[in-house]
Amino acid sequence: MLDDFFVRALIAGLGIALVTGPLGCFVVWRRLSYFGDTLSHSALLGVTMAYSFELNIALSVFIISSVIALILIQLQKKTNLPGDALLGLLAHSSLAVGLVVIGFLTFIRFDIMGLLFGDILAVTTNDIFIIWTGGAVILTVLKLIWKPLFASTVNYELAEAEGLNPDRAKAIFTILMAAVIAISIKMVGLLLITGMLIIPAAMARNISDSPQKMVLFSVIGGLLSVLLGLFSSLEFNTSSGPSIIMAALVLFILSLLNIKQSIKLKN
Amino acid sequence: MSLENSTLVKLNNAGFKQNDKWLVEGVSLTVEKGKIVTLIGPNGSGKSTTAKIALGIYKNIEGTVEKYTNKVGYVPQKISIDWTLPLRVYDFMLLTEDIKDEAIDEALTLTGVMHLKNKNLGNLSGGEFQRVLIARAISKKPELLVLDEPVQGVDYTGEIALYELIKKISDTLNCGILLISHDLHTVMTATDHVVCLNGHVCCSGTPMDVAKNNEYKTLFGEQASQILSVYEHKHDHVHSEEGIKKN
Repeated sequence: MLDDFFVRALIAGLGIALVTGPLGCFVVWRRLSYFGDTLSHSALLGVTMAYSFELNIALSVFIISSVIALILIQLQKKTNLPGDALLGLLAHSSLAVGLVVIGFLTFIRFDIMGLLFGDILAVTTNDIFIIWTGGAVILTVLKLIWKPLFASTVNYELAEAEGLNPDRAKAIFTILMAAVIAISIKMVGLLLITGMLIIPAAMARNISDSPQKMVLFSVIGGLLSVLLGLFSSLEFNTSSGPSIIMAALVLFILSLLNIKQSIKLKN
Repeated sequence: MSLENSTLVKLNNAGFKQNDKWLVEGVSLTVEKGKIVTLIGPNGSGKSTTAKIALGIYKNIEGTVEKYTNKVGYVPQKISIDWTLPLRVYDFMLLTEDIKDEAIDEALTLTGVMHLKNKNLGNLSGGEFQRVLIARAISKKPELLVLDEPVQGVDYTGEIALYELIKKISDTLNCGILLISHDLHTVMTATDHVVCLNGHVCCSGTPMDVAKNNEYKTLFGEQASQILSVYEHKHDHVHSEEGIKKN
C-alpha cells in the first residue's frame, strides 16, 4: 500500500495536520504567525545544509530553525528594535543566505518549486516515519507543557505568580515550532507552513467557545484540508501545499458564514 | 523552612528599579499564616510593585524575598486577556491548577457569580469579572493570597460582602493575605498589619499605629486619620487615648 505515492502523501499529510492543529491554536493565541514565517523561511537554509552535508532534511531544518529562534531571543535582549523588525530581519536574511548558498551548490539539482510549495511525489516511507514519530513527540511534549503554556498565554503574571514557570514553557514551545516546521516542510513547502498552522486554527476560532473545542476543530479542519487538498492536487495536477492551504481557506470561509448566521439569530 | 513556621513570605529591604527609576525601595514586611497585611499609599507609591516582588514576578530585585509556599492565589490589579482566546469562566477557573468541580462551584457561589460559570469571559462586566478573579484565586485554597485592589468596579454592597469574605477566608483557610486597597475604612476593619508606602515604607504597624503616624496624616490628610479613630471607637468601645495605651 505504501508503494503508492498518493497513499504515502495522505498518511504524511494527515500526520502533519494532527500536529499543526493544536500548535496552530497557540500560534493564533500568542500572535506568533510572523514568528512562524521567520522560522519557515530560515528552513531553506536548513535544506541547503542538508544537501551540502548529506544530512536528513528534517533534522537539518530543525537545527537551523532552533538556532534562528535562539538568535532572535538574543537580539531581543541586546537591541531596542521592535519584535517584528527583528523577525523581518531574520526571515529575509536567512532566506537570502539560503538562496545564495543554493546558487553555489551547482552540483545538485534543486526543485525550488517543490521546496517552496511542497511536493507530494517526494514523500518517502522514511518521511512518513519522521512525521509520525516526530509528531508523536511534539504532541506529547505539548501535552506536558499545556498548563503553564496556556496559563501564560492568558496572562503571564498570573502564571508566574502561581508558580508555573512560563518562561520554560515558552522556550520549549519555540523548539516545538521549529520541530513542526521541520517535519512538514517537504509536504507543505516552506512558504505555506504558517498557513497550515494558522488557517485551520482561525477557522476553529470562529466556531468555538472554549479552548478545548478550538483545538479539536482546528485538528479536524486540518485533516479535512489535507484530504480535500491532496485529492484536488491529484485531480488537477497542482502543487500539494497550495492545494491544502486553499482547502483550508474554503473551510475558513464556510466558518464565517456560520458566524453571520449566529449574529442574525441573536438579532 | 524558616525558624518561624508561620511565615509565608518575607521581604528584606526589597526594591525594584525599572529604566533607572526606582519603583519602590527598601521594603521589609512579613506575611504570616492567618494574618492580613495591607499595603496602602497614593497612586504610584509602589503598592503593586511590592506585591509583584513578593510574588516573584520581578526577577532582578534589590534585597531579598523569602517565599515559603508555592500555593499562591493572585488577583492582579490590571489583567488584560486576549480575546483571540475563546475562554469561559469555567476554563479560567482551571487556569493554573486542576481543581475539582465542587471547589469551583463553591468559590463561584461564595463570590456570587455561580450563574456565570459557562459564560464567555469576554462578555462579563468589570465587577463580574473581578468576582471571577477572586473566585479563581480562592478556589485553589492557597496558603498565600495576594489581592491587588480586589473589589475595583464592584458595587458598594458587593464590596462589603467581598471584604467580609476575604476576612472569612483568612480565618477558615488560615492563609496569609497581602492586600492592596485604597478603601481606608475597609483596610482598618480587617487588617492585622498596615504598611503605608510612598516609594518606600513611610510607616507601618497596626491600623491604629499607622493612623496616628504624622507621615500618614500628611499623605492622606487629617480626615483619613479620623476615619480610623471612629472605627476603633465603634468596635472596641474604648477611647482613642486608651487605644494608644493598649497598643
